[in-house]
Amino acid sequence: MLTTFGSFVLFLRGMVTRTERFRVLWNRTIDEAILIGVDSVFIVSIVSAFIGAVTCVQIAYNLTNPLIPQSTIGYMVREMTILELAPTITSIVLAGKVGSSIAGGLGTMRITEQISALEVMGINSTSYLVLPRILAALLMFPMLVIMAMLLSIMGGYLAGTLTGVMTAQDYIEGIRTDFIPYNIVFALIKAVVFAFLVSGISSFKGYFTTGGALEVGAASTGAVTNSIIAILIADFALAAILL
Amino acid sequence: MIEVSNLEKSFNGTPVLKGVTCTFETGKCNLLLGGSGTGKSVLLQCIVGLMKPDIGSITFDGTVYTNSKIDIRQEIRRKIGMLFQGSALFDSMTVAENVEFPLQMLTPEMSPEERRERVEFCLKRVGLEKAGNKMPAEISGGMKKRVGIARAIAPQCTYLFCDEPNSGLDPATSIKIDELIHEITHEYNITTVIVTHDMNSVIEIGEHIIFLHQGKKLWDGTKDEILNATVPELRDFIFSSSLVRAAKRVDEETEGGMAAFAEESESGGGI
Repeated sequence: MLTTFGSFVLFLRGMVTRTERFRVLWNRTIDEAILIGVDSVFIVSIVSAFIGAVTCVQIAYNLTNPLIPQSTIGYMVREMTILELAPTITSIVLAGKVGSSIAGGLGTMRITEQISALEVMGINSTSYLVLPRILAALLMFPMLVIMAMLLSIMGGYLAGTLTGVMTAQDYIEGIRTDFIPYNIVFALIKAVVFAFLVSGISSFKGYFTTGGALEVGAASTGAVTNSIIAILIADFALAAILL
Repeated sequence: MIEVSNLEKSFNGTPVLKGVTCTFETGKCNLLLGGSGTGKSVLLQCIVGLMKPDIGSITFDGTVYTNSKIDIRQEIRRKIGMLFQGSALFDSMTVAENVEFPLQMLTPEMSPEERRERVEFCLKRVGLEKAGNKMPAEISGGMKKRVGIARAIAPQCTYLFCDEPNSGLDPATSIKIDELIHEITHEYNITTVIVTHDMNSVIEIGEHIIFLHQGKKLWDGTKDEILNATVPELRDFIFSSSLVRAAKRVDEETEGGMAAFAEESESGGGI
């Protein structure tokens, strides 16, 4: 475990020493941002809208005390979404989609000697292949989390009003009650940390793949599993430290 | 010229290279010959810097490569072109983009127009001027090898390394690839190192042959000398092919038939 962590640190160090030209990195980062960000919009939208909707309906189902105002449902949807569901669930979804794609892509490049080809040309392969992926993830995860927050709250609104569990007025009143702007900052910090963990762990797993097609599959699975575990540990640690 | 001195490499305590000392001459096709598992590819990977040898030194035209500063190693690496066994073309790029890639990365001073011209020249040189827009998945194994060669020579390399360039190819395509490597070596006066266990390549382009056996260099010489070599391991390797055995028998029966056989292959007849 300690050896693996040491290798991971060395891997990250190699990525930032002898980097490629800024223009090359910029172009690669934009390409990766499209793959990581734009191509994930659909799945993140679907997941976050339905999570917001389900959260709203289930809170309404549990909130039977007539002394508690209906607007509490909107308040709770907002708090749960911003603090936990949008950053964590979105990152877990992206660990599955983006993490497996990064590990699979790099693993295939490794076993087909494409990474060796870069090294022989005198190109720092970690800088060329991994750094843009991590930068793109750091850029796109917060954007996707902001989008997920918005869609989750809208999903809750639609579910609440269309099923008749609460009025639109109550929901809007709830989501405007006792708003703490720091919670948004906290969610974005979490998004950045999760982005680094998902992209870094997946790249590490893929980059050091050895063997053949079977090992590429194993690297993808390992990348997703380890990323999700890392997200959950970091989630707890950040909540304990920053809240 | 590339000089390898007393190179040793082991994996988990198992020695793979046992003090290999050899020289690869400029302007010649240098063949690293040997059976499977004799350390040919490991030696090649040590020379190009993909593996670090345990002991020994590698010198490129007088510049020591092993254990030198990263800047010196980078400088040498940028003069290296390599054709990989599986071609190692970048899947996400077209054939032309693959050839242009080292130019984009290594020669930023070149204008896009100059790069395009160089790509066209290299693709034409390997006979693929019409395949520039194809993806690697859309072309045959032989074409992939030729794209690999075009990519290797695009930045005007000084050293060309080929890891089993004929693997997976039919005999006719293999001969074409061998001829192309041979022509390019002489045209640009580069130092070419080819890892092979193909006797056709030995007869076709073996200007300087180094025979490895169980991690040691047992013999070196030319293609004209190899058939009369007295090293038992080399003779076992060469004459394991019934075709070469038959050719040797004809040579002995006809007194010089083998020379005619070599001449025939040199003039383009092949085996």
